Amino acid sequence: MSEPMVWLTIFVLSIFVGIEVISKVSTTLHTPLMSGANAIHGIILVGAILVTGFAHNTGQLIFGLIAVVLASINMVGGFVVTDRMLQMFTRRKPRAKELTHE
Amino acid sequence: MSSTPTWVQLIYLACAVCFILALKGLSSPKHARAGNLLGAVGAIVAVVTVFFAADINHLVPILIAIAVGTVIGVIGARKVLMTQMPQLVALFNGVGGLAAAVVALLELSDRVGHGGEPKFDLAMTAFTILVGTVSFAGSMLTFAKLQELMTSRPVLFPGLPVLFGLAIIGALALAVFVVTDPMVWIGIALGIVGLALGVLLVLPVGGADVPIVISLLNAFTGLTVAAGGYVLGNTVLLVGGTLVGASGTILTKLMAAAMGRSVVNIMFGALKGGSTLGAG
Repeated sequence: MSEPMVWLTIFVLSIFVGIEVISKVSTTLHTPLMSGANAIHGIILVGAILVTGFAHNTGQLIFGLIAVVLASINMVGGFVVTDRMLQMFTRRKPRAKELTHE
Repeated sequence: MSSTPTWVQLIYLACAVCFILALKGLSSPKHARAGNLLGAVGAIVAVVTVFFAADINHLVPILIAIAVGTVIGVIGARKVLMTQMPQLVALFNGVGGLAAAVVALLELSDRVGHGGEPKFDLAMTAFTILVGTVSFAGSMLTFAKLQELMTSRPVLFPGLPVLFGLAIIGALALAVFVVTDPMVWIGIALGIVGLALGVLLVLPVGGADVPIVISLLNAFTGLTVAAGGYVLGNTVLLVGGTLVGASGTILTKLMAAAMGRSVVNIMFGALKGGSTLGAG
């Protein structure tokens, strides 16, 4: 299998996994799920680190570092705010407390 | 990237599984918090791994930049009022989209002048620049609407559909130029048109519908990250981005259905003459 075909295969299968895995979400979890998914695409931080790490001139370095800051905000802020939203659920349902570390 | 060592690819695979389980957990009230934590663990492991996987220069500035972003993100997420969470998610989504667009622009600036770049790579780069900037500008506008920095009513003016159409044609033309004749300034022009498109896309949407638009832009950013992953040859970006793109699209449909509306109606209902609040 050629390399582009491998990538296409991963892409298509990931689409189906992404659709399937959230298809039974309850209405109350719509916003936390959106927020959690938002945090996951903060993984662009890996890409930002790669391009900045290979920057050849000052311009590339500066813009790379800006991308690193933005992606870190997306990733870290995203996971923290999702956790805060979900704390509201755990307070109402103490049973779920055993799942957390706090 | 065929030069990526096997152990790195294995870790990336584990991180991708973390993301799948995170989305699965987030879909059930019982496991939502554990799911989110698992997603965070996967993301942190992927980020740490990249420092060992490749010869990263400028290590100190990069670590400082991560620290700065982390502090801003944590403070924003901790200080925000419960009622303001949707607009904070919009902000986070927007900066993620802009980060992806900047990464793609830098990749483009690295590739010009070499010649013989695979056309599909350049097409994916153009896609990331365009959709990333659309997501950024659109998200900032949703933030402004929810934060009441501007009117939350649909904003319409004569000629908006024409302007929107022209912007799409301009974006497609510039995207074709990026592929046929890659130059950095064309990429930047494409990004500027993307910013305009994002604004024009969100202006006609009414305040009550804005959360659904945020979800849609979230899916957009996911797809830009996936395309960026293809260009950089990074599987964790491809899988993570695609998962968010697919689940975000379905979530957008579910959210619209919960309001008894269709996504097309929410996005373009006001353009057809009806109010986005009353239609459907």
